[in-house]
Amino acid sequence: MILAKTGNEAMAYAMKQINPDVVAAYPITPSTEIVQIFSNYVHDGLVDTEFVAVESEHSAMAACIGSAASGCRTMTATASQGLALMHEMLFIAGGLRLPIVVPIASRSLSSPLNIHADHSDSLASRDSGWMQFFCETVEEGYDSLIMAVKMAEKCSLPAIVSIDGFILSHCMERIEALDEQKVRDWLGPYKPNWNLLDLDRPILVGPATLQDYYYEFKRSQIEGMRTALPKVQEVMADFEKTFGRGYGVLEEYRCEDAEAVALLMGSASGDMRQAVDRLREQGGKVGMVKLRVFRPLPHELLRKTLTRFKTVAVLDRADSVNSFVGPLYNEVAASLYGAENQPELLSYVFGLGGKEFSPDDAARILEGALAGRKDETVTYVGVR
Amino acid sequence: MASLKQLCKKPELFSKGHRACAGCGESLAVRQVLLAADQPIVTVMPTGCLEIFSSIYPHSAWQVPMIHTAFETSASTASGVETAYRFHKKMGRMKEDVKFIAFGGDGGTYDIGFQALSGAVERRHKFLYVCTDNEGYMNTGIQRSSATPMGAHTTTSPAGTKIPGKKQHRKDIMEIMIAHDLAYAGQTTVALWNDLVTKVQKALAADGPTFLNVLVPCPLGWQYPGDRTIEVSRLAADTCFWPVYEFDNGRYKINHLPKEKLAVEEFLKPQGRFRHLFTHPEGKDVIAEIQRHIDAKWALLQKKAEVLG
Ligand SMILES: Cc1ncc(C[n+]2csc(CCOP(=O)(O)OP(=O)(O)O)c2C)c(N)n1
Repeated sequence: MILAKTGNEAMAYAMKQINPDVVAAYPITPSTEIVQIFSNYVHDGLVDTEFVAVESEHSAMAACIGSAASGCRTMTATASQGLALMHEMLFIAGGLRLPIVVPIASRSLSSPLNIHADHSDSLASRDSGWMQFFCETVEEGYDSLIMAVKMAEKCSLPAIVSIDGFILSHCMERIEALDEQKVRDWLGPYKPNWNLLDLDRPILVGPATLQDYYYEFKRSQIEGMRTALPKVQEVMADFEKTFGRGYGVLEEYRCEDAEAVALLMGSASGDMRQAVDRLREQGGKVGMVKLRVFRPLPHELLRKTLTRFKTVAVLDRADSVNSFVGPLYNEVAASLYGAENQPELLSYVFGLGGKEFSPDDAARILEGALAGRKDETVTYVGVR
Repeated sequence: MASLKQLCKKPELFSKGHRACAGCGESLAVRQVLLAADQPIVTVMPTGCLEIFSSIYPHSAWQVPMIHTAFETSASTASGVETAYRFHKKMGRMKEDVKFIAFGGDGGTYDIGFQALSGAVERRHKFLYVCTDNEGYMNTGIQRSSATPMGAHTTTSPAGTKIPGKKQHRKDIMEIMIAHDLAYAGQTTVALWNDLVTKVQKALAADGPTFLNVLVPCPLGWQYPGDRTIEVSRLAADTCFWPVYEFDNGRYKINHLPKEKLAVEEFLKPQGRFRHLFTHPEGKDVIAEIQRHIDAKWALLQKKAEVLG
């Protein structure tokens, strides 16, 4: 079925089709609508979900943890300050290996206050043990959210699916909605590994561990993330087989004989696509690598892919404020360390707080990369 | 009303061998609360002494399901657990009737977890919240909380040469919780085991969220020998420093009327945390203010019991 939906509407619609057991959520721009639309589904009896309108995001994630630990497929939605307020609880969901799934409409972090897109919120949570997926279009967001449920449960890892605030959350696009029953059949019921409410097997969830066991728990969690990528890929392949829409961990766009490529995540990939087309028309050997999966970091794939090019411009829609480079650059550079045929890496920070990023900006980056320009450690694109 | 005979026959759901200090009032309260429940129960606790002394991996004192997430999240986690239960029931995936008990220290209840508690109660999640109130953040080394009484020495309200302990009175959490229109709220202390057990049973039988505030003396934080916990607990009740009462469907009832209402000094004297009040130049005034506060609160409670009894 072809539908016109904003990013938020599509995420809420995906949630309706997923029909989670429990949703506990709190409103925040630009993801508020996801929660609003979903509560309509609840109150109109279109889902079986128990919906809890909690009094904060901190409580939202705590309630999600309680629910997921009690054998329920559990979701919430948030952004920015909301994700930041959940920060403490994100690590607990990660450590308990609970497959909670959260669509976020990525937004900058205060201060100064700003409600527009960048990736500061999710990237600040990058070490919390959550899988993270970034999307270019509304339909990709919709598909990714449905896939994330299966991935999370398969890997026993929680997952964040990011659509860029306003740029996607409030932008209407055409999506081809999947058949609801088919989605529900594909997901099947949630089969938890353990359940707090199993009265015959009382368990203690979330013990205190000291120097003797904490590291072992963490090591096992780390292993969960380390072995997640093939499972993520399996789910993508299965999704493609069932629904006919295929996604990779990363997507190469016109990279075959490229000398310089741009690597980035999220909606700006659309601008970069146009810029690549434009430069290709003029004979420029450029391409784009769109990274869809940030956690687990596909470091081997990044290494294999990026060593084919002479120059890679890494675009960060966030900054680490570490007096050096952005978070994505850091991870790409680490993935390439020690590789033969290392490309030259250029660092760009762009679009903070929703700052306009156009195909022209993208083209300038590609031109610079082609010319091998490296006049600054980091280029802050479009800043006055 | 429970009889000791009956209670003795019940399986211990909070097993011995945990790591609480000798004389820990909190561990006694938890044990009594679990003994009181006749139905299957699922429990929640926050970070704090209780979590540390009952759950250090690979050991656990809990013979019932228990979840701990963070410090300020006992009520919010319980919201999720209770919601999951309602979902399973609705879908016919669970048959048993389960009761939920969330514990919290006074820090986790009056202070950092207060918003989560207020929210969970406003949403009418069906659970009993038990505050084990030892009047301070004991787990991190006896810091003041908003439950710490006036004059008490804690490590962040020390008995200094200038300022003699905590300057403010405690927060009246009972009235705050009652203002949430609870079907049942009760206040008691570990010495009165029968009152505690009865209150737990009433609370679990009531509809909607319920609240119990249990004074649990802490030998380490209050500075008295561990074998005097019950005595100190009883003195709290007998001085009316800790009124033992309930709010049951709109009715106030005082459950422990001291034969003779003792002067607060009787409660203060055995405890090192108030020792300075008997030597500091301002100590006399502080004790007088504590007494005035107790008397005023007690008179008000008696009025409430009279008018709304
Ligand atoms: C967010 C957060 N802040 C601070 C702490 C440190 N902390 C752990 S327990 C505790 C005090 C607990 O006091 P209370 O709730 O009164 O329980 P008690 O230990 O006295 O039983 C504190 C401050 C924490 N774990 N998490």
